[in-house]
Amino acid sequence: MNDKVNSEKKVTGNNIENEKSTGMPRRTALKALAGIPVAGVLGFEIWKKTKYDNNKRSSIVKELGLDDIEFPTSDYGSVKHTGDLIRVGMIGFGSRAGALGSALGFRHPDNVAARMGTKALNDWMQQEYLNVAITGICDVFDMHAENGLATAKNRVRPGGESAPDLPVKRYPTYHDMLADKDIDAVMIATPDHHHSRIATDAARAGKHVYVEKSVALKEDELNELYNTVKSSNIRFQLGHQITQSLVFQQAKEIIKRGLLGKITLVETTTNRNNASGAWIRHLDANGNPKPGSEETIDWLQWLGNAPYAPFSVDRFYNWTKWFDYDHGMIGQLFTHEYDAVNQLLHIGIPKTVSSSGGIYFWKDNRDMPDSLHCVFEYPQHDLTLLYSGNLMSSRSRGRIFMGRDASMELGGNAIITADSQSTRYADAIKSGLIDTSSPMISFNPNAGQIDAITSASEKYYASRGLTTTTVNGRNVDVTHLHVRDWIQCIRSGDTPCANMDVAYEEGITCIMAHQSYLQRRTVVWDEVNRKIV
Amino acid sequence: MRRDNKFTKLQFTFLLLLRFAIGWHILYEGIAKLLDSSWSSVEFLRESQWVLSGFAQWIISDPNVLSVVDFLNTWGLIAIGLGLIFGLFSRVASIAGALLLLVYYLNAPPLTGIEYTLPAGGNYIIVNETLIEVIALCVLALFPTSHIFGFDAFFNGVCKKERS
Repeated sequence: MNDKVNSEKKVTGNNIENEKSTGMPRRTALKALAGIPVAGVLGFEIWKKTKYDNNKRSSIVKELGLDDIEFPTSDYGSVKHTGDLIRVGMIGFGSRAGALGSALGFRHPDNVAARMGTKALNDWMQQEYLNVAITGICDVFDMHAENGLATAKNRVRPGGESAPDLPVKRYPTYHDMLADKDIDAVMIATPDHHHSRIATDAARAGKHVYVEKSVALKEDELNELYNTVKSSNIRFQLGHQITQSLVFQQAKEIIKRGLLGKITLVETTTNRNNASGAWIRHLDANGNPKPGSEETIDWLQWLGNAPYAPFSVDRFYNWTKWFDYDHGMIGQLFTHEYDAVNQLLHIGIPKTVSSSGGIYFWKDNRDMPDSLHCVFEYPQHDLTLLYSGNLMSSRSRGRIFMGRDASMELGGNAIITADSQSTRYADAIKSGLIDTSSPMISFNPNAGQIDAITSASEKYYASRGLTTTTVNGRNVDVTHLHVRDWIQCIRSGDTPCANMDVAYEEGITCIMAHQSYLQRRTVVWDEVNRKIV
Repeated sequence: MRRDNKFTKLQFTFLLLLRFAIGWHILYEGIAKLLDSSWSSVEFLRESQWVLSGFAQWIISDPNVLSVVDFLNTWGLIAIGLGLIFGLFSRVASIAGALLLLVYYLNAPPLTGIEYTLPAGGNYIIVNETLIEVIALCVLALFPTSHIFGFDAFFNGVCKKERS
């Protein structure tokens, strides 16, 4: 204790007579409170900074005319899907059907067991119960059909504990399924060359249709499907999901408000750089061929109307490589890009399309190019849409809407950057309110608000793709939202977002791009006769 | 532990400044997280590499664990920051702060061969500001100032009274 008193003496060097009387002299007490002014200054600085940030944010928001912006709210999580149970038949039960099943609320028991206790499974278990049951499975491959049956029968699922436990039937052909009155709706996730034919037959049979892209490979098939669906009373949904992301709803508002100015160029891209991304998927992790043989696969049914080709595991798993079954990158990848742009800008069918590309790296037995570039001209909208895909580089090139006043990069996030030559923002740029070297505003789907103060890290997060979106504070699978839209429309009679008209525009656009690649010429849309010429 | 504290005035001043500065930094880190409703440690933990990456993955994988970690992190920083600035339970605050920052450091140490998505604010090999702050907090724990310049003085006072 003497040491301590000495030390105080040394440090303070003041009179210590007070200490004798009280034990806590005034000066000592004051010293003990030395932290208070420090905390006070910090508190003041925090107040000042918060005020500055809010002011800056609100002045940018005001400058952009976003102060009265209202984003669409979602009723997700509060809807009770009442009414009759919808009995769904799954036609084709490969990997994509597994994702569709999950979106409906059904997963294979092995899938659930492998993810037990993870956030992904917890999020999935919180999914809205859509009041549907998978009651039919049809697949030409026994193993896939067995997976489908096990998936449909699994009782571990969102909200389904009290759901009716209906029997699940395997149908030998899709015709048998369509003939069954106990099936209300079908989801088609076969290879693409079956899509339009099965969808047309389903519409004729009065079944609601959810069909994966591509909607059709040939113009006459697409026309037949269009006419059949339009003259029927079914709900048709094309399998796209990215526009269900909250950030797309926000981007829609941005475009509607004209924040980008006049848009004359949209650039869409896909880059990948691995064998799976180039549709080489017939080998398992150990390099052995995946299961499947002519004993377990009804090969002639698989071929359908396609020209005969002998069975091979390569062809069965990697069908995307051949034009008899698919349009390659146009059908598998550009369709998503087109959907994203068309949902935002409503551009419809282009006047002309020019495609070029080649097989430059994956020189196996494929038809499809691994480097493909398409130019879609829309003179009616003063707009060019570019698509460029490459399977030999994974450099991310994004999806960019270029306007006179600002550009928007739309991925998992929407990042809007003002153009240095913008006339609309000229004053704000001059005053320093808007900095053209960094994003002006961005929408963070997780924060659910405008982030007008952008940081360097923003771009890193934003460039990452999202497979889930946040709705009312929950992580939700976007495919689930798309399936939900279809199911809700079946019950309400409304029109789904990727309806037959949208699917027709997309189908024609893709067929034009494919024909242009094959014929090495510019392909034209004859709007009067509604024909590709 | 001996508490001679035979510091010169200048030594005392800079020890105190160090305590205020680190307290200021840690308190503001906590308050900034509190004010940002969208903040979560998930982005930081997702980047975690080296010895604690498994631990970080476990936290991310369970939303309940994650929200507890977020809560403890925010309020832990605020409590430590207040402790350092006011000199209240200052030694406990210093040690707790050093441990918390050590966890941050071990989640993202600037070691050769480990690369991060987010760019660093400067150039580091092994030593970065976080590690220096950890060491500085250890120094503060070993050379306390709060028994004079801090609320801890009142406790000393009380003890003194009781003992006398």
